[in-house]
Amino acid sequence: MTTALENTIVEREAEIIEEFALFDDWMDKYEHIISLGKELPLIDESLKSDDLLIKGCQSRVWLHAKLVDGRVVFTADSDAIITKGVISLLIRVLSGQTPQAIIDTELSFVERIGLKEHLSPTRSNGLVSMIKQMKLYALAFKAQQH
Amino acid sequence: MVIDTKIDITALRAQFPILHTEVNGKPLVYLDNGASSQKPQSVIDTISRYYEQENSNIHRGVHTLSANATAAYEEVRKKVQHFINAQHDHEVIFTSGTTGGINLVASAFGEKFVGKDDEIIITAMEHHSNIVPWQMLCERKGAKLQVIPISDEGEISLDDFSKLLSSKTKLVSVVHISNSLGTVNPVAEIIRMAHANGTPVLVDGAQAVHHMPVDVQELDCDFYAFSAHKMYGPTGVGILYGKEEYLNAMPPYQGGGDMIKTVTFERTEYNELPFKFEAGTPNIAGGMGLGAAIDFINGIGFETIMAHERQLMHYGIETLGGIKGLRQVGMAKERAGVISFLLEDVHPYDTGVILDKMGIAVRTGHHCTQPVMDRFGIPGTVRASFAVYNTKVEINKLAEGLERVVRMFS
Repeated sequence: MTTALENTIVEREAEIIEEFALFDDWMDKYEHIISLGKELPLIDESLKSDDLLIKGCQSRVWLHAKLVDGRVVFTADSDAIITKGVISLLIRVLSGQTPQAIIDTELSFVERIGLKEHLSPTRSNGLVSMIKQMKLYALAFKAQQH
Repeated sequence: MVIDTKIDITALRAQFPILHTEVNGKPLVYLDNGASSQKPQSVIDTISRYYEQENSNIHRGVHTLSANATAAYEEVRKKVQHFINAQHDHEVIFTSGTTGGINLVASAFGEKFVGKDDEIIITAMEHHSNIVPWQMLCERKGAKLQVIPISDEGEISLDDFSKLLSSKTKLVSVVHISNSLGTVNPVAEIIRMAHANGTPVLVDGAQAVHHMPVDVQELDCDFYAFSAHKMYGPTGVGILYGKEEYLNAMPPYQGGGDMIKTVTFERTEYNELPFKFEAGTPNIAGGMGLGAAIDFINGIGFETIMAHERQLMHYGIETLGGIKGLRQVGMAKERAGVISFLLEDVHPYDTGVILDKMGIAVRTGHHCTQPVMDRFGIPGTVRASFAVYNTKVEINKLAEGLERVVRMFS
């Protein structure tokens, strides 16, 4: 039996897409994102340091990563709740995966649940840089393993 | 005499095609005019007509199209001259925008008049465009940037300014109306005080020229910079007004075509004003569009524009003030065009995203004035900024939207 931790990225994406299919109204969808944002565990204040800060023009994102038993564990935070909500989804999909899986993935769920606008570079909310940074962490951990 | 300042808002809005579109399935409520205003049909048509029927390079060809385009472009220069009441039309320089104008002065005036240990004075409420060019100049010349602080209300004090003025001060560069706080600065007083010190003044008028009549001779400013796109005109074109004596004394900014009289490999003789500062083919269509934008503004008249916008500001301040948890940032006694605020502890980004879903366009963030946000210890604000076509109904929609944001995030 596979545990939740071992679900593949594709499976986790499918789960989120299904979850969001319940909402036909933008309000409901955003209320859900906001509640996800509020539920995202706050990261330790000591991790909100400048070297973990991804500066967006609009909102700020802090991202921390460590390798546990060959899998990358991400924690992150933002000063904006909607950004945090999207972060929470990204962490659900990518945290606990192997470096190789993270490097190989082409995330499609954000677009499919109608939140693509938040990953537009023009939003400059730090999310695009965050995904890039997540992949860079994965690359670095993979290099360490070899 | 009673002046009829009533505005036929329906007819006015009918001139702006974009105001009748939908965003996210909702009728657009456009309250981001501080970033860029929308364009009336007359401006759009002028630009199309230029490319369809008049397009040609200016100041060059003997052929009819070129001669006509040159005449039309130079007509716009005269129109701008009258719009700001400059003494001469050669004191009106076409630029790419306010930023372009300020950089021109920082480069050319700075080259000639600013040296080691000299000082430039700005205020703490400047747009990055009126900070960074001076920092770059100071870096180049070993000069120093002095900053007039702002109060909690978002105002500067003339006492603070007078303390900074000295024999080292080579230029004062101040914003007429703050884009992030809406503060209307006492520029006439600042200019008077600077002149008493023998120091010229540049005024950043990007947020002012469409809200109030600007008379550069009455102000007696030495430079005045503004953009077409915030005054119902196209992007990529702006104006730098400069007093003849300074413009003549300054070296050219950029080299190229149009700014020269004769060129040999040994030596180049520069063209006279205003062409000395207009290297290369300019944004001709944009210039024509600016002319149409000035016609649009003159067609309504500042009397009417100011009366309508003053009402909007009052209504906006009052209506938004009634929203629980809303805190206005920038409470200057003299404010125009802009209401900046925060909603409880809701992040401006979150507010902006939800308002956008309701078809309401506002600006969120630091508004290119990071030092202002640092001054108030906030990450940014939500900014509603008005134009002559905005209505009280739109302010009500904004208020409803904000009430909804509060409910969603509480």
